[in-house]
Amino acid sequence: MLLLQEAAVHATSAAAGQAGESFAAFAPWLILALPLLGFVLNGLLSITAARRALPALPPVGDPHWDAHHEPSEQEHHAHGDDAHPAAHADDHGAHGHDAHGHGPKPATHTLPSFIAPGVLIAAFAVAVVNFLRMLAAHPETAWVHEYWSWMPVNDPTGALRVGAAIQLDQLSMLMTLVITGVGSLIHVFSVGYMKEDPGYPRYMAYLNLFVFFMLTLVLGASYPLMFVGWEGVGLCSYLLIGFWFKERANADAGKKAFIVNRIGDFGFLIAMFLLFANLGTLNFAEVMERAPAQMAFGGAVVTAVCLFFFLGAAGKSAQIPLYVWLPDAMAGPTPVSALIHAATMVTAGVYLVARSATLFTMAPVASLVVALVGTATAIFAASIGLKQWDIKKILAYSTVSQLGFMFAAVGMGAYVAGVFHLMTHAFFKACLFLGSGAVIHAMHEALHHTHSDMDAQDVRNMGGLRRYLPVTFWTMGIATLAIAGVPPFAGFFSKDEITGAAWDGAHGQLPLAAGLAKVGIDGTLWFGLIWGALSIAAFMTAFYMGRMMIYTFFGQNRTGEEERKHLHEGSWTLTLPLVVLALASTFGGFLNVEREVPIVRWFDFGQGEALHRWLHPVLAGADQVAEANGIAGAAVEPSAVPIAVAILLGLGGLALAWTMLSRRALRTAAEEPAYANGVERVLYHKYYVDELYDRVVVRTVGWLSRLQAGFDRYVVDGLVDFGGKMSEWLGVALGRFQTGQVNTYAFAILIGVTLVLYAFVHT
Amino acid sequence: MQQIPLEQALGLSALLFAIGAFGVVIRRNAIILFMCIELMLNAVNLAFVAFSPRSGVQGQVFVFFVIAVAAAEAAVGLAIIISVFRHKESVDIKNFSLLRW
Repeated sequence: MLLLQEAAVHATSAAAGQAGESFAAFAPWLILALPLLGFVLNGLLSITAARRALPALPPVGDPHWDAHHEPSEQEHHAHGDDAHPAAHADDHGAHGHDAHGHGPKPATHTLPSFIAPGVLIAAFAVAVVNFLRMLAAHPETAWVHEYWSWMPVNDPTGALRVGAAIQLDQLSMLMTLVITGVGSLIHVFSVGYMKEDPGYPRYMAYLNLFVFFMLTLVLGASYPLMFVGWEGVGLCSYLLIGFWFKERANADAGKKAFIVNRIGDFGFLIAMFLLFANLGTLNFAEVMERAPAQMAFGGAVVTAVCLFFFLGAAGKSAQIPLYVWLPDAMAGPTPVSALIHAATMVTAGVYLVARSATLFTMAPVASLVVALVGTATAIFAASIGLKQWDIKKILAYSTVSQLGFMFAAVGMGAYVAGVFHLMTHAFFKACLFLGSGAVIHAMHEALHHTHSDMDAQDVRNMGGLRRYLPVTFWTMGIATLAIAGVPPFAGFFSKDEITGAAWDGAHGQLPLAAGLAKVGIDGTLWFGLIWGALSIAAFMTAFYMGRMMIYTFFGQNRTGEEERKHLHEGSWTLTLPLVVLALASTFGGFLNVEREVPIVRWFDFGQGEALHRWLHPVLAGADQVAEANGIAGAAVEPSAVPIAVAILLGLGGLALAWTMLSRRALRTAAEEPAYANGVERVLYHKYYVDELYDRVVVRTVGWLSRLQAGFDRYVVDGLVDFGGKMSEWLGVALGRFQTGQVNTYAFAILIGVTLVLYAFVHT
Repeated sequence: MQQIPLEQALGLSALLFAIGAFGVVIRRNAIILFMCIELMLNAVNLAFVAFSPRSGVQGQVFVFFVIAVAAAEAAVGLAIIISVFRHKESVDIKNFSLLRW
């Protein structure tokens, strides 16, 4: 990864001279086909394993499953159930360690270790080949190839043409590299983390399927195709959050993620309908070409389209008000949290906005909404992160907060900054999550040896782990410096580009500020607010990350005497991805050093601003819109103030955490209360948002559902039942006339005949 | 040859029909019920015959049909009554109310 970035910097400059050379993609369908192949193979293995296991084993996915009677499986719950570690305490007592079998594992549990990372690494290799070709050619237009026609609709009012087409341009290339690159590392990590789980092949199948859908999302050449990937990753997210579905809480977390995402998908769909109704196409290239001509700048239509797209993005990328599913999603295995809920899937919303940059440039109001919501999310989630104790929950709120930064960036029109932060965040957050996975893994194993029922994810129970997990400590430490924005680590450059954009906006130097002025809004005040809020959020970020690191790795070890002996680093599959990601977190920022900006430019060793130049063709449409409407930003006067403030805040947050916590004797979860005062209590309970949603939304929906169920049962069913009952009563009543007496019948016939005759005579 | 006036012939026919109908409604003995039905059929026959001088021979042809049907009906009906009697030792139709709700 690192080499690639360096190569990017150099080769871009080398290629600058010979631009215009045609770009020929190298079998980009392979990038998609390989993970799909992995899914099919692992899926078949999973089915085989499940079938073979039928008589002897309970269904796969059972965290309580006991290898006691199955010698071909090794001990499985060294670390599997990291969402509910205490649950293990019960079944530990039932058997001794010697009861675990140590025979060879069946092929169904060994093959996925090669297939799953193998296909990913192969896909990454194909992506790299394409990347190098693109680097050499630096095409100004996107490479689009339609493999087959998917949804041809002929209609007199307008034809819908959606093909199964791949679009390879600089943005999708970058995303593909991140997904396959970081994805490969996380797959390798998963081998070490999950191989003892009875559902291992199923896990790998889901993971491969996820990568396939994620690549569909970024490589699709139209909104509907993107939506296919969008829904597919949602499905895989649901499947993997609820991977240990025997635990009710895990299954519920999966459902929560799925349902909250449906709200966002509604927005995505409406936006697509609006686009088609107004432009008659949904292919990216055509939309970006026709939009400036057929929709009014700042008009209601384009604003509505952008706001609905943002609703979709808010669902997928966990922004206010739809962020609540992401912290719960930590119920899944930790590598899943790293891959899906930190590095790739949750950034799909940022990708969507960056992909639609032309549209968002045309809708200043919608852009401002995106920026404000992103900023609010950044500071809100960061403040919750201050008082969480679960290591994964801290990282989850951190992810929500960092996604807020990205949305603030793309909302302000700083698309490159947003994508840049997306990329660096993928590095350092994946590193942090995998590091937390390694910590939990070690904690679990240690606690497992003594049958302790301590919470293996509570940072209060850790402490001093740097002596036992040195590699994890150093890699997570680097990632922490990166996320805190300490130069020269990756997060420093990307985050400062975002706060710098807000600073420029506050001085009226952003195109969006001019655009807002055009529709009669003074944006400078808003941008000032955004800058202030993001700075505070950055400070909080540094603080809670410092707090997490101090609790986890510094001070006295609090796991207990006996457990301490069993604390040790995992195998190379666990540490190698950490090291690579830490390197990427260290050097990734040099990819886009802004040469104009004070302080930052000290780090400009190469050509600088490589990412800006790399993404330029993708954002050309947005620039044209800005120019055509006379809002292209004024010459930016670089200022040292925001950079200096950001560095001070980042270091200050870490320093504050150090001074507050390092001298104090930290205590375990059993001794240390979760919160001490009112403010901490509110933060610990996440502002009671879940409770609020439960009261307002869940119960209202439940109440309405019961009302509807009652209506169905008593009114609809009642009407049907009434018909039946009426027939019955009528039958009983009329049955009385059937006496069986011939005389009576004869009399009735007589009367009838008389009446008929009477009627005949009188007409 | 003096003809019986139509009114008198039809009056007699109506009277016989009414007696027959009345009998069917009030009597319980299956044999008498049968006889009442025969009486009604023959009342109709009488009406046909009474009309025949005015409207031709078709009425008299109908009478033969009626007689034939009446004979068939009597044969079947009496057979039913006999077989019921063998079961119940009675021809009172009160006891024949099997086909009721």
